Amino acid sequence: MKRRDFVKSSIAVIAGASVPLAALDLIDPKEVLAANEDIHWAFLIDTHKCVGCGFCVKACKTENDIPFGAKVTRTWVERYVFTKDDRRYVDSPDGALYGFTESRVDLGRGEYKEIDPENVGKAFFVPKLCNHCATPPCTQVCPVGATYKTDTGPVLVDKTWCIGCGYYIMACPYGARYFNPITHVADKCTFCYHRLAKDLETACVNACPFGARKMCNIRDINDPVTKMILNQRVGVLKDEFGTRPQAFYIGLAQEVR
Amino acid sequence: MKSHVWRPLIVVICIVVGILVFRLFYVPDDFGSGKAGFMYSYHRFSAEDDARSQLIKYRDTGKQKMHEYCAECHGDEVEIRTEDLHGIIACENCHGPALNHPDEPEELTIDRGRGLCLRCHTDLPYATSERHRIPGIDPKEHNVDDECVECHDPHNPRLEDM
Ligand code: HEC
Ligand code: HEC
Ligand code: HEC
Ligand code: HEC
Repeated sequence: MKRRDFVKSSIAVIAGASVPLAALDLIDPKEVLAANEDIHWAFLIDTHKCVGCGFCVKACKTENDIPFGAKVTRTWVERYVFTKDDRRYVDSPDGALYGFTESRVDLGRGEYKEIDPENVGKAFFVPKLCNHCATPPCTQVCPVGATYKTDTGPVLVDKTWCIGCGYYIMACPYGARYFNPITHVADKCTFCYHRLAKDLETACVNACPFGARKMCNIRDINDPVTKMILNQRVGVLKDEFGTRPQAFYIGLAQEVR
Repeated sequence: MKSHVWRPLIVVICIVVGILVFRLFYVPDDFGSGKAGFMYSYHRFSAEDDARSQLIKYRDTGKQKMHEYCAECHGDEVEIRTEDLHGIIACENCHGPALNHPDEPEELTIDRGRGLCLRCHTDLPYATSERHRIPGIDPKEHNVDDECVECHDPHNPRLEDM
């Protein structure tokens, strides 16, 4: 090496070393946001408060353009009636789109059962929707990568990429997924991702007059709803499947699955 | 080199390479996994933007906010609603989505059917549920021939005010 080159490169090295390391570390705000992304959406359902009016289902179907006539829905409400002589009835006519306007229970196949009011032991309503599991089985089975978990929690479907194979319907233990009769691809609750992005509550939370449905950022321990999840006795559906559901229920009965 | 293995093997290799080349061009560039890893979040990143761009229809209520907004023009309907009784029901539940009302839709729907009220007021003998707290009627007996709103004011259902 020539002396001139040696001096040149020495100067370069010294100059480089004298720049503080932090200055080279260009801060990309996007990267920082992604690194401490502390949003993770969770849902809280208080079954004590639900009266089965079905406004949540109506709002969901309207907001997301699911035809009222189609026998599919992103969210639904189930009615549980336990009689004193130890029989159990569960129904959800039209997913409770029009509420529960009759006292008789729908047994399916056009059969109904009128239950003697004296005989009703306990009865209650349970709203259901996609649990947006932390480890969702439905995304594992997708052969084309059309359904996925977002970084903020909701599990979404890529409508343009989905081939409609139907595996996801079988993979979901909660029956929360269905085949959309209009787009002919997989469809499911999105936690109203488009509304969350604009800082609005989901359509169903918005619609519920009784506060039976709530949403929160579960990473924010100051959020009042997060506090409820932390402080109250909540349960999740089908815990044994290891799906780590993000929809928490207050007042869950063992018969509710 | 006259082995019976080579020809089929070459065919297979060609097919595999063909598929890989096809995949290279067909799969969008922005495919990748999110924080949940390859197993749960392998997807097209721009799909998230697609999902975000869905049309919003319902206003955000935070019920009080809604009443304030509607009151600008429909003061009467809002004013007579007290926070108890029907005050807890957001207007849009009965009148449909109203994001840009009164521009689009100019008018909201008015559902005068009995079904709307029966969602909450059908008498169900469920002492253990919150439904119990709402006064119920038997839809097959309570003034069967008329719409509920002919006698009851949906915005102020208080029986004394009838
Ligand atoms: C900026 C004023 C304005 C606001 C705010 C507004 N509306 Fe209206 N609304 C109108 C006008 C104007 C009409 C059309 C009235 C007509 O044709 O008689 C209308 C019509 C209606 C109708 C149908 C009335 C009928 O007689 O057919 C309903 C129901 C209604 N609005 C509900 C609401 C609700 C619920 C809200 C709150 C989310 C709301 N409006 C907010 C101006 C407004
Ligand atoms: C329980 C369901 C229900 C709720 C909640 C409700 N409405 Fe109504 N609204 C009705 C019905 C039913 C009518 C039709 C009344 C009639 O024909 O007498 C009506 C009529 C109206 C009309 C037209 C009045 C007229 O005389 O033409 C307006 C405006 C209106 N509502 C605004 C509102 C606003 C604003 C809110 C929220 C503060 C609201 N409504 C909440 C059921 C409801
Ligand atoms: C989302 C559920 C819901 C719907 C839909 C609903 N109501 Fe109500 N209604 C209530 C609640 C809650 C109360 C108050 C119960 C209480 O606190 O005493 C009530 C009370 C009443 C009362 C009794 C008032 C009193 O003084 O005791 C009448 C009458 C009534 N509603 C009529 C109607 C009519 C008519 C409609 C249809 C336009 C309707 N309701 C739709 C929930 C509903
Ligand atoms: C012909 C007028 C008329 C019609 C139509 C009518 N009601 Fe009533 N309703 C009354 C009167 C009067 C009372 C108060 C006396 C009573 O309890 O029967 C009443 C009472 C009620 C009560 C309070 C019951 C209680 O025990 O406190 C509810 C709830 C109610 N009605 C809901 C409805 C609903 C829902 C409809 C439509 C499916 C409807 N009403 C249709 C006249 C009517």
